[in-house]
Amino acid sequence: MIEFCGLRLGHRVINASGCFDVLAAARVFGEELYAAFPFAAYVSKTITLSAREGNPPPRLWESAAGLINSIGLPNGGLDAYLEHDLAALAGLVVPLITNVMGSTAEEFGKLIDALEDRPQVAAIELNVSCPNVATGLDIGADPDGLEALMRHIRPRSSKPLIVKLTPNTADVAACAAAAQAGGADAVSLINTLRALALTPEGSGAWLGGGSGGLSGPAIRTVALAQVALVARAVTIPIVGMGGVASGRDARDLIDAGASIVAVGTESFRDPAAGARIARELDDGFTQNAR
Amino acid sequence: MTAPFGARRIELRSRREIGPYVVLGAVDERTRAQPGQFYMLASAERWGGGDRERPYLGRAVSVMAVADDGSIEFLLHDVGPGTKRLCELVLGDGLLIVGPLGNGFTASPPGADLLLVGGGIGIAPLVGLQQAWGGRALLGFRDAHHAQAAELFSDPVIATDDGSAGHRGPVTDLLEAELDTRPRKIYACGPPAMLAAVKDRAASHEVASQLALEAPMACGFGACYGCVVATLDGYRRVCVDGPVFDGALLA
Repeated sequence: MIEFCGLRLGHRVINASGCFDVLAAARVFGEELYAAFPFAAYVSKTITLSAREGNPPPRLWESAAGLINSIGLPNGGLDAYLEHDLAALAGLVVPLITNVMGSTAEEFGKLIDALEDRPQVAAIELNVSCPNVATGLDIGADPDGLEALMRHIRPRSSKPLIVKLTPNTADVAACAAAAQAGGADAVSLINTLRALALTPEGSGAWLGGGSGGLSGPAIRTVALAQVALVARAVTIPIVGMGGVASGRDARDLIDAGASIVAVGTESFRDPAAGARIARELDDGFTQNAR
Repeated sequence: MTAPFGARRIELRSRREIGPYVVLGAVDERTRAQPGQFYMLASAERWGGGDRERPYLGRAVSVMAVADDGSIEFLLHDVGPGTKRLCELVLGDGLLIVGPLGNGFTASPPGADLLLVGGGIGIAPLVGLQQAWGGRALLGFRDAHHAQAAELFSDPVIATDDGSAGHRGPVTDLLEAELDTRPRKIYACGPPAMLAAVKDRAASHEVASQLALEAPMACGFGACYGCVVATLDGYRRVCVDGPVFDGALLA
């Protein structure tokens, strides 16, 4: 067993938020999904206060060894999550980490408050990649703003708070340090890199939402560099992610300073990829090869 | 019925060409797909490194036909790095599959009069549908070369854009003529403009239509939310809420 922020995990691989929908997967794959559940904890897609329809299609663009997406965080909103999703997730065999996003500290506060008395929610991941209306910067891209946000919400929650850092910032290590100073229990990184896909004619943005976020093997080395930087700036645990497709990739992030790793886009290619990566990682540790 | 969990490797057992299309055959020992369902397909080796360093993700491909022994066929058209790689596979090569996925067509009551309307590569799911449930196939193609794929059907009626085979004009001309005779259940798959026209014809003749949609997908099992289509009930995922939709519910 692995201990991470007080959560007991069966192995070191979890899913990246927004890259696995356990309720949809259970309808598609049935009991086999739970019998061979690929992740040591399940991270929900981002929940917002109000329901969101998401961005107009097209939402996807396959790039060189990667994927650019502009999904727009579709979700039924906080109330629907509390009423329907949590009940439907009762069969989950691993700890539940709920990912939330607000556009202001007050919104984050409301989301945190609503989850506080839900024992089913083992930890909360904060998606801070939302633009600050005043500065135009992502909340999580500005160390001072991020620390202020954490100081606002930290006292309201007894649950482990994981800050999902954005890579779209000048100084990710400073952001990580700010998250820790504000009371974060862990940081997770990297989120997708801002990217633009053009129409085949090159005449404008392909994605309905304009620009998107790049994921997949294309960002693996960027993730490695950022995790290494952050590991030198904080003492709290790190969830490393970005293009992990094999046990070797996971081990590289752990060697760079991550405690556990998350798998995102690779799960799109194989929904059971998380289990394979955990196995490969375990084999690597057992053999102590390197 | 649920799909086996995870990507599985199977072997390419047969490959044949029909006009510009390639029919790939394999065996799925675990399960039998329903007409209208699809698999995510990738080659087990050398998937990537093509045009612009793609493909990377699997490709959603309709099940063309299924037999009781588990043999399964897919109709491919080389239109990009993913389909190109799949079309290049040779016997014995590995296919990575996830599926069968999605909601297939809903069967009509026995004796119902079915019209199958297909356009281009969209004819694929209608092949198995006709084998299972019968129906009159109305097929639209670019030209006579593409229309060779009509041989996959029994007794098809053909339309081509250039008139080099069958009726000259859109397949919906054929549909219109059939619906004027008597109303019937419509099952359709094809390019977006064709499906929009089928939906309109179905509505104006007050007949039910089941439309199999195509959308670029990253996962095929509801994880990525990338394949949505606008319905009267908001955006819906083509992979898990479709790919077959009641035409009357599409926006």
